Amino acid sequence: MIANQKSILELQQHTGVNVNRCYQCGKCSAGCQLADEMDFPPSMVMHMLQTRDEELFQQLLNSKTIWLCVSCQNCIERCPMSIDIPQIMDYLREKSAGEHKINHQSRDIVAFHRAFLDSIKYTGRLYEIGLIAGYKTRTFHLTQDVKLAPKMYAKGKLPLVPEMIKGTRNIKGIFSKTKI
Amino acid sequence: MKKLGFYPGCSLKGSSSEYAQSVLAVAKAFDIELEEINDWNCCGATAAHNMNKELALSLSTRILALAEKQGFEEVVVPCAACYNRLTVTQHELNKDEALKQRVSDIIEMPISGNLQILNVMQLIDKYVADRLEQKVTTPFGHKVACYYGCLLVRPHNILKFDRLEDPQSMDILMKRSGAEPIEWGFKTECCGAGFSVSRTDVVAKLSGNIVKDAADRGAEAIIVACPMCQSNLDMRRPQINEYLKQKINISVIYITQAIGLAVGLSPKEVGLQKHFVPVKIG
Repeated sequence: MIANQKSILELQQHTGVNVNRCYQCGKCSAGCQLADEMDFPPSMVMHMLQTRDEELFQQLLNSKTIWLCVSCQNCIERCPMSIDIPQIMDYLREKSAGEHKINHQSRDIVAFHRAFLDSIKYTGRLYEIGLIAGYKTRTFHLTQDVKLAPKMYAKGKLPLVPEMIKGTRNIKGIFSKTKI
Repeated sequence: MKKLGFYPGCSLKGSSSEYAQSVLAVAKAFDIELEEINDWNCCGATAAHNMNKELALSLSTRILALAEKQGFEEVVVPCAACYNRLTVTQHELNKDEALKQRVSDIIEMPISGNLQILNVMQLIDKYVADRLEQKVTTPFGHKVACYYGCLLVRPHNILKFDRLEDPQSMDILMKRSGAEPIEWGFKTECCGAGFSVSRTDVVAKLSGNIVKDAADRGAEAIIVACPMCQSNLDMRRPQINEYLKQKINISVIYITQAIGLAVGLSPKEVGLQKHFVPVKIG
């Protein structure tokens, strides 16, 4: 039981959110546009955390839910207790990735995030062609959107060369200090 | 001429270049000079805050610190997602002095946290709105659906911008530009945001519902203030139409394009030709 408490205590410490404040009214799940795609809707996430059961906590780290949350902030705005669920989702995502517990059906989503961050790490700004190339090599979705890129280029929406900033060393320093 | 700082963000340099073009054109028409923050970096967007909180805060803080260093008191951030990241970051730093110090050490720059961060509607409200009506030469005489999306209005306690479920700022500006904003149900629903590539099916569904409601209620255009909303509703129209099993031709234009047209700028000057769904009004 002590071990079970620990995960929740850490979560509450890092996010400043008290999970006990949720009284299961269900408004977060009712307003969540992706609840029907999730394995656990937001109100159930809150309930699973309230049980302080380590096994349920591990299920959350391995869930589709955390990667499907788009952080649209609707849940917190409609919550009668103003519970910061998006902050909890951020915490669970970071922990899930750090402990290599990413849900296998959510790998494309995480691959996109990683390709996005790689692009920033090397040039300082998002380089869209680099992002897509990075995403494709991670996921092998090689033919996806092949028709879109030439159209974007023709409309002047796809620069071929990345914009390198001067402070790339500063950016790399930020990445190494935040350990990603 | 009023001079303000300008943070375009990455998409305005690429896939949403027409947004940057129209923001700069409207600013110029109202004697406002927007000067880019030197050597700005990406705010980290969804990816950074999903993967690493400290990285997300640091990337955004570097931008704020550079703007302060350049002496700006106000910075205009047209992308709703960047606007949200920068404003939320500044709020987090200002309420926690230890965190501010830690992030300042990571980015190797001091930060005061006193910057005024303005989205496009706030820029227009503050410096353009009182001159807008007298400058309108070709009223935007169409029914429009004003679509705010999520990150412009939420979280309210930090952004302090407009009402949550039925915001009005864009509707008021469009009325002043001669348009007729419609009543509809999807003003602040999410478009699917950063899932455009990794879960296109989700974007097709969420954006599809938005496009359909706007069309069903007779809107001739959807007005947006976010590059992600624009690209999801516009570039993903083939997937949207496939999801809806009907062909909807409604165009998606930026608030600055609509205002630009109303004050006499040409469709080309505001970049209308860059949209995927052709814009037949103007």
